[in-house]
Amino acid sequence: MSKPEKLIENGIRLDGRKPDELRPIKIEVGVLNRADGSCYFEFGGNKVIAAVYGPREVHPRHQQKSNSAVVRYRYNMASFSVEDRKRPGPDRRSIEVSKVSREALEPVIFQEYFPRSAIDIYVEVLQADAGTRTAGINAASIALADAGIPMKCLVSACAVGKIDGTLVLDLNKDEDNYGQADLPVAMTPDGNITLIQMDGNLTKDEFKEGLEMAKTGCMAIHEMQKAALMEKYSSQIEGENNE
Amino acid sequence: MSNEIIAELRKDYICNLMIKGEREDGRTFDQHRELTIETNVINKAEGSARVKLGNTQVVVGVKCQPGTPFPDTPDQGVIITNLELIPLASPVFESGPPREDAIELARVVDRGIRESQSVDLSKLCITPGEKVWMVFIDVHVLDDGGNIMDAASLGAVAALLTAKLPANRYDLGEDSPVPMRNVPVSVTAVEIGGSIMLDPSLDEESIAGTKLTVTSNQEGEVSAMQKSGIHPLTTEQINYIVDIAIEKGKEIREKFLVI
Repeated sequence: MSKPEKLIENGIRLDGRKPDELRPIKIEVGVLNRADGSCYFEFGGNKVIAAVYGPREVHPRHQQKSNSAVVRYRYNMASFSVEDRKRPGPDRRSIEVSKVSREALEPVIFQEYFPRSAIDIYVEVLQADAGTRTAGINAASIALADAGIPMKCLVSACAVGKIDGTLVLDLNKDEDNYGQADLPVAMTPDGNITLIQMDGNLTKDEFKEGLEMAKTGCMAIHEMQKAALMEKYSSQIEGENNE
Repeated sequence: MSNEIIAELRKDYICNLMIKGEREDGRTFDQHRELTIETNVINKAEGSARVKLGNTQVVVGVKCQPGTPFPDTPDQGVIITNLELIPLASPVFESGPPREDAIELARVVDRGIRESQSVDLSKLCITPGEKVWMVFIDVHVLDDGGNIMDAASLGAVAALLTAKLPANRYDLGEDSPVPMRNVPVSVTAVEIGGSIMLDPSLDEESIAGTKLTVTSNQEGEVSAMQKSGIHPLTTEQINYIVDIAIEKGKEIREKFLVI
């Protein structure tokens, strides 16, 4: 697709959304059998699946910590997830995304409960449409809860961007490609920011407004994450009662 | 963050000073260490800079050569930024392929330059679709005294500002400067026990919960940002860092990096 003339017209974006509207989200909890916890997360055109293993033994052994668990996060894009085939395996971008995503989740995990063990989070991007790292964090946070890892709270993430000079919530691919800024944020429900990155161009005031917008988006996602977990586990309890 | 091991005593000392509003080297919380930038230090490179920021030392070399453009941007030049944490710079750096710390540093330096559109990539085009200038920015960290991020990005910008495209060597006409249209400056702050300090020293960086790097352009706008480290930040802390990074960035730009 070449650059469209206008990305936003009369306050309506190319995909019909309002500036402060998230893309549709679909969450399924516990979709994998072998993993201790898992989550499938659709965020507009993004399709990601997260699996959590652990706490389990650390391999290689030298990575283990005597006073807490190690958290490992692997963000990986499937070679078919993007328009031009991506060479399989980790590249510099995915190593960086893995690092900041891990750091976005670590503060809410009670790592000190599990010394000498590993908590492994694997995020596979099956289809990418801008915002894969935020989708990955949202999925991973649910998968951690599904695995029964003790956590202080969930982490929710979304991005704010600027298109044609207007701040908008949750960029899609075209808006990301032709927009002027991208500001992914992850936060806890009490407003502590655990991930923030930015590229593009924002004035000081735009940045501050954008951050508030991201906060509203994250809170909305947090409610959906909670609802998805409640749905799975409340139906399980009801099922047990009926037996 | 850093893998540096730091004595509990030293950690307590820095934290106690912090409570009194002091830092171990006598700086205020919003004060940088002494900064010197020398340019044209490597004759073989097309542009170069040596940056000393307190005890941190980096050398940045820019090399330019013709190459093929990426298929999706046939009429634009290419910038590639590399940073290595070589074992010479610190007892905790190991040889081998770059690990996540080094990759993150390089990518944040790159992002500051790319997103502020400081290099005019369209002017690096020689023949659309066939030949463009490739600009390689290589950062060599010589001494890790903390805050490699800012030293590296200041060095990269300073080196680019002095770099010349060696057109003559490749029979492409006269040599010309690398086309620059903006001067991004990155400023890094750390959060220690709820306080924000600019330009962390090695010890401060080692005990800090979180680092936030903000790169601003000469219009005083934010071009890039990166949070690194596991401790969360509040909105107020982030907004404060953005404000001060823009202000300090302007001072550094006016003093050291004139186009």
